[in-house]
Amino acid sequence: MAENDNILEMKNVVYSFHTYGGEVKAVRDVSFAVRKGEILGIVGESGCGKSVTAQCIMRLNPEPPGFFEGGEILFDGKNVLKMSNKELRKLRGQDIGFVFQDPMTSLNPTMRVGAQIEEVFLGRTDVTKKEVKEKALEIMRLVGISDVEKRYKQYPHELSGGMKQRVMIAIALVSRPGLVICDEPTTSLDVTIEAQILDLLLELRDKLGMSIIMITHDLGVIARMCDRVIVMYGGKIVEKGTVQEIFYDTAHPYTKGLIGSIAKLDTKKGERLQSIEGTPPDLFFPPKGCPFAARCEYAMDVCKDEPPYQYKLTDEHFTNCWLQNEYAPDTDMKKDNAVAIEAKKEGEVKADE
Amino acid sequence: MRKYIFKRVIAAILTVWVLITVVFFLVRLMPGDPFTNPKLTPEVRENMESYYGFDKPLIVQYGNYMVNLIKGDFGYSMKFTNKTVANIIGETFPFSADLGIRALVLAVSFGLVLGIVSARNRGKGIDFFCVIVAVLGTSIPDFIMGAVLQYGFGIKWGLLPVARYEGIEYTILPACALAFYTLASVSRIMRASMLEVASQDYIKTARSKGLGEFRITAKHQIRNAIMPVMTVMGPTVASVLTGTFVIESIFAIPGMGKHYVDSVSNNDYSMVLGMTLFYGVFLIFCNLVVDILYGVADPRVRIGER
Amino acid sequence: MAELKKESFVIKGKDNIRMESISRPSLSFWQDAWRRLKKNKAAMFGLSLIIFYALLSIFAPMFSQYTQSQMDVNARSQMMSSAHWLGTDSTGRDLWVRIWMGGRVSLSIGLIAAVVNMCVGAVIGGFCGFYGGKLDMIVMRIVDILYGIPSLIITILVVMVLGKGIAPLIIAMCVVGWIGTCRFVRGEVYRIKEQDFVLAAKVLGIPDFKIIVKHIIPNILGMLITNLCMAIPGAIFQEAFLSYVGLGVTPPNCSWGVICKEGIAYLRNSPHQVLIPAFFVCTTMLALNLLGNGLRDAVDPKLRGTE
Repeated sequence: MAENDNILEMKNVVYSFHTYGGEVKAVRDVSFAVRKGEILGIVGESGCGKSVTAQCIMRLNPEPPGFFEGGEILFDGKNVLKMSNKELRKLRGQDIGFVFQDPMTSLNPTMRVGAQIEEVFLGRTDVTKKEVKEKALEIMRLVGISDVEKRYKQYPHELSGGMKQRVMIAIALVSRPGLVICDEPTTSLDVTIEAQILDLLLELRDKLGMSIIMITHDLGVIARMCDRVIVMYGGKIVEKGTVQEIFYDTAHPYTKGLIGSIAKLDTKKGERLQSIEGTPPDLFFPPKGCPFAARCEYAMDVCKDEPPYQYKLTDEHFTNCWLQNEYAPDTDMKKDNAVAIEAKKEGEVKADE
Repeated sequence: MRKYIFKRVIAAILTVWVLITVVFFLVRLMPGDPFTNPKLTPEVRENMESYYGFDKPLIVQYGNYMVNLIKGDFGYSMKFTNKTVANIIGETFPFSADLGIRALVLAVSFGLVLGIVSARNRGKGIDFFCVIVAVLGTSIPDFIMGAVLQYGFGIKWGLLPVARYEGIEYTILPACALAFYTLASVSRIMRASMLEVASQDYIKTARSKGLGEFRITAKHQIRNAIMPVMTVMGPTVASVLTGTFVIESIFAIPGMGKHYVDSVSNNDYSMVLGMTLFYGVFLIFCNLVVDILYGVADPRVRIGER
Repeated sequence: MAELKKESFVIKGKDNIRMESISRPSLSFWQDAWRRLKKNKAAMFGLSLIIFYALLSIFAPMFSQYTQSQMDVNARSQMMSSAHWLGTDSTGRDLWVRIWMGGRVSLSIGLIAAVVNMCVGAVIGGFCGFYGGKLDMIVMRIVDILYGIPSLIITILVVMVLGKGIAPLIIAMCVVGWIGTCRFVRGEVYRIKEQDFVLAAKVLGIPDFKIIVKHIIPNILGMLITNLCMAIPGAIFQEAFLSYVGLGVTPPNCSWGVICKEGIAYLRNSPHQVLIPAFFVCTTMLALNLLGNGLRDAVDPKLRGTE
């Protein structure tokens, strides 16, 4: 892939928080790229660092206590970490949109809906007040809000949950950004509304051609929406690849566990869904080796002591798992074509971390 | 909105009525009256009692009392027989109100600023200073503050006049003494509220829109953080006005408070009652105004009641 | 990077111990609260100061050669000396003794009024919140109306009916003082009652009494104690105000408010008569505020450092 096809590149990002209890390493050496026009999914269970990853792209995490320990984030070739406040504000306002998880609490209760959408244009001199209002009304129509003139003047508490999330999407999209980050946009909505919102996002992607990062813990959403998927666990990427590869050519036991825990059409009556036993690692004291080792049914001695190498399976498909090593026993995880990637290039996990 | 205001007004009227009724019946329970002076002959006593209407049946008294109150007649002072309670309130209340309003403006404006500055600079030196001010302020009763300021600025250093109320420089010490406690509690609530709002999701949304910190603080944070401060404004007004009673007697200001304290020691209870009642009704009115303002400020209240 | 050994590549499977590892020791709620309170230096300072003042109030007057009403016309308005540790007031009474006799009155009025208010408020509020229904509705209407009347007004009126003195003062402060606690407790009980663990207990057929004791009280006790601690300075404040206005404690008894008031007349020539009692009032309030803040942080870690 040519370099300029990527709208966003994360390179070895390490992000931590200072807390009373010590330093929490929320994102530990994460690298990935988002291409123009694609929908990239990030999946993982609660507390795996997916939200922090998403928010640190726009530097939305409060700093302090949050801080970057290393890595770089390139948006259109520019390093977000070195941006001035002004550039950062332009990035947030015009280049990237963000849809938050809970529309109930993400809108300011004391401001009218229209004003909240228009605020995105605040401080810009290239548009007139009238144009701004037109843009706001247009985007409201586009995200499927009916009776926009009336809604424009209403307060958030007068809208339903689904409608609020549409407003959030309108805020994210009103300046037509190249990238929209959706942080579990449907988790707090009813299932029927969820489907509507997901369809809306797909439709908007086709109309406006932006890239989307879709953060979710729901593999169903991934299968429905995404082109490529990143699976995160304990602040690290454990597997990434196309949706096909992740679902049908699973190469990491955690991904396998995730897939096993969702209900499928062919799940027989009375058959139990598999669950992944145990709890995610304590990020105050992240394990030395593979973060998943303690809960992994395939765990080996090496997993506890050494962070796994990254193995390349296809052009798109990578996994961080010792099962791909040449010494590892044959399992359904092991792929013949796995190649360990040189430590320096991309996937090396710092051993002293 | 109209319905909300209507409901509030009805509640306030009901409260005033309950207050008046309670006052009326408490009066009849009160021991000792100004006629227990041994120098008065029984005849004079009787005359006075009939003059004040104490010989009529209770229900008639209650009716008269209500009618008189509605007419603004709080009765006659039993000591200063030539003056009505309404006269005295009319003469003295402007001083108390003037002092109270100055103190209130001082307390609320500085309290809010202190709370905002403190929350914006959390954990830094200025925040520490504000927290100290808040804790100290809520630990010093206003009459002590009054005495200390009077001693320090008035007597020891001679910077400001010690007593009376004859010009702007006379108002500084009593207003500060009165404001300090309220200032501290307002700043405390505002700081807590600012920090609470800062962690809300919509602040993150605002940040994600690329807004500057100033705009986020002014338009999103302060606007929402001020709500809890407004809910305590009623009691705050009450505490400032209560404070005027003691501050006035310390600084020899000819307001309601001074008369009130005198009347208490004189057992001039038609005076005390009249003033208490006036004060109570006034505070209920202030609460009503605060409630309505709150409704205007918070769209959830405004429309939720429609 | 260390050499990889082939023998470490043998599948061992899940690690049942590390899987559920909890890296911090578990403490009960009260242990945890007490641990946090102990760490809070300001709160511990407040607690020690309160205990210190309470002990002095109890014992100091017993070991003094003076009594609170004993006047010494030869030693009026004296500064501190070895004969009168904190000096004397305008009629030659020893301030050290008067301060601690006043402390007895002020502290006990504050404590009694706050405790009575808390108990009455908690019982009524808890009852209304737990059972709801018509009774709740009636009580709440009454509470709403009483809440609308400034509490000081009612207190003044009740004092006027009952006469001046310590007991009437406490009663007067309790007539309306419980309303705040009542509203708070009702709200909390109502909220907790709706939560699933209470529903679960009900479904299991656990009697109401046991639900209240086992589930509801433990959940509001922390907040109640904090409220109590915050209410004491309020009550002391109110007592001082009423005594100051002339509706409170009457001679021969005295309280800190009375001593302050008596001293203010002599501010110009012997300021210690005000400043000394003022110091004790303020430090007591400060100590109680610090302790209250510490308690609130300790029982509700969510609010930590927000105030």
